[in-house]
Amino acid sequence: MSETAKLTYGGAINAALARCLEQMPETLLFGEDVALPGGVFGVTRGLRKAFGERVFDTPISETAMLGAAVGAAMTGRRPIVEIMWADFMLVAFDQIVNQAANVRYVSEGRLAAPLTIRTQQGNAPGACAQHSQNLEALLLHVPGIRVAMPVDAQDAYDLTLSAVTCDDPVVVIENRTLYAGAKSEVRIGGPVEPIGGHRLRRAGDDVTIVTWGAITGSVEAAVDLVAEDGISADVIEAVWLNPFDTEAVLASVRRTGRLLVVHEANLTGGFGAEVVARVCESGVPLSAPPRRVGALDTRIPAAVQLAQAVLPQTGDIVDALRAVTGK
Amino acid sequence: MRVSGEQLADLLAMWRIRVLEETILSLRLDGRIVGSVHLENGQEAIPVGACRMLRPQDALYSTYRGHGWALARGVPATGIMAELLYRRTGVNGGRGGSAHFSAPEYGFYGENSIVGAGAPIAVGAALAAKFDGSGRVAVTVFGDGAMNQGGVTEAMNMAAAMDLPVVFICENNKYSELTPINDMVRNPDLSARAHALGIPAVRVDGNDPAQVATAVGLAVTTAEHGRGPTFIEATTRRIVGHYIGDAQSYRPAGELAEDEKHEPIVRLKKQLTLQGVTAETLDGVEQRARTEIAAATERALAAPLSDPSTAREHLYV
Repeated sequence: MSETAKLTYGGAINAALARCLEQMPETLLFGEDVALPGGVFGVTRGLRKAFGERVFDTPISETAMLGAAVGAAMTGRRPIVEIMWADFMLVAFDQIVNQAANVRYVSEGRLAAPLTIRTQQGNAPGACAQHSQNLEALLLHVPGIRVAMPVDAQDAYDLTLSAVTCDDPVVVIENRTLYAGAKSEVRIGGPVEPIGGHRLRRAGDDVTIVTWGAITGSVEAAVDLVAEDGISADVIEAVWLNPFDTEAVLASVRRTGRLLVVHEANLTGGFGAEVVARVCESGVPLSAPPRRVGALDTRIPAAVQLAQAVLPQTGDIVDALRAVTGK
Repeated sequence: MRVSGEQLADLLAMWRIRVLEETILSLRLDGRIVGSVHLENGQEAIPVGACRMLRPQDALYSTYRGHGWALARGVPATGIMAELLYRRTGVNGGRGGSAHFSAPEYGFYGENSIVGAGAPIAVGAALAAKFDGSGRVAVTVFGDGAMNQGGVTEAMNMAAAMDLPVVFICENNKYSELTPINDMVRNPDLSARAHALGIPAVRVDGNDPAQVATAVGLAVTTAEHGRGPTFIEATTRRIVGHYIGDAQSYRPAGELAEDEKHEPIVRLKKQLTLQGVTAETLDGVEQRARTEIAAATERALAAPLSDPSTAREHLYV
């Protein structure tokens, strides 16, 4: 039965994990400091107490942790692993790219790896270069790995549930700046949605904005600012990046004739380039060249004022909106 | 001296691997098999001794030098050969090839082409056993070179910390790919690393299937009784190159000839002869393996190639 609860983003993920552990006895939840401490961001608080040894702490060994998830998934479990920071995933990329992604395909479907990797990424004030990166494009380049990026509490709940239920490896990329935000009403207990789809955050006619992750908030702010200048935009938040809802983007661009992609990750090789390419290749007529807004192609400095100079700000999105619409 | 049925069974099992590998070599040299192929001639006693002690519920993870491990685990030779020949009837329809195939229906959870990467995955299969009541023991095999991969140490430590039912088998053939392992470590006693992690470790003669079987049997018993992992270092020699085409110029003169004198088939035959087994019986065992592998190869060659129109299937559920 669907009901609602007032939850933060982090609380919504916790509620989804609790439901998975409750309803799917094959689930296991593990990672660094997730059990007794409840996670460094408190997302898994209380789950060890509620579900016992299916929730456990691991050594600081990302390769062992992710490899164990692959092996447990191959043999009938449904592991949910927390990689504390997306940057740490790189330590164990082999287990994601060479191992998890290959299980179903290479075995011709005889084996599967229904595992979920929860992680969080992006910059927050003062974070160092090794705790600030936006790495979704690395994962999106890998066939076989599904990728979700929830931004609001409802999606945090729904996408976590869909990811764990999915019979393929899914990486859910969260954002630590969102965990302890304001509470909102979250529908819990409803049916599990299939993976895929998008959220239309604003509706408009002049330009289609495609975005994902925490920067969606800046995009919404920018759109609200330029509304005073008579610019209106479709804001498509790609909560699922694999599968990516290309059709929704094309349908919108067909109407607006303009495309702006905004992501916090740096531009070169970012998924924004893929979105632009898909739109261009589709032949949808464009009345202005498509544009991208993303971080500069450089490392991310710890100093707040330096990081602000590297990462896309609301003003940059406003400027790009004015440029692409000519208004 | 009494000849045990196990000794003759081991001889047959080793011959089956040897002939499979020889056949693969000839198919690779005449171009019917393409790509990188790693043979395990000389190391047959380890898979034979180990797999003899595994039960249906156990999960085996091998390296890319894994044709023999699959065969010893019970995967039919036809399915293996067809896999290397990229046939529809291959165990993975040709998607795994020589170095990356699996056949979970036989408890063979697959080769791995990344050195040492199977160890953490085996830990996961053992982790699953802790919850699923299967009684599964996970067995992971890797070479001496893999001891220098961080993931192997991570896996050993995690299995030890959680008392997981894992058997770590290190096939120490002296060479980490083309480089002597002793040049790549300060302490040549690889099992010392397991000791350091609190894992019981034993070094056995990996050219003797009986010694391997004894060690693996004990390790499986230990694991299934909740007493955690065991590490087995099985010393052996590969009497072929690291891959087909490896010139082996890194081997000192005379080493290969010496190794061939002690390879496990030669050795077991010698032992059986001393125990009074006739040359006729021994030849009969070899012949049986040759007949079986020849028939399997013929069936594999007769099967249709995998259909290119299926190349996109099975990426996702």
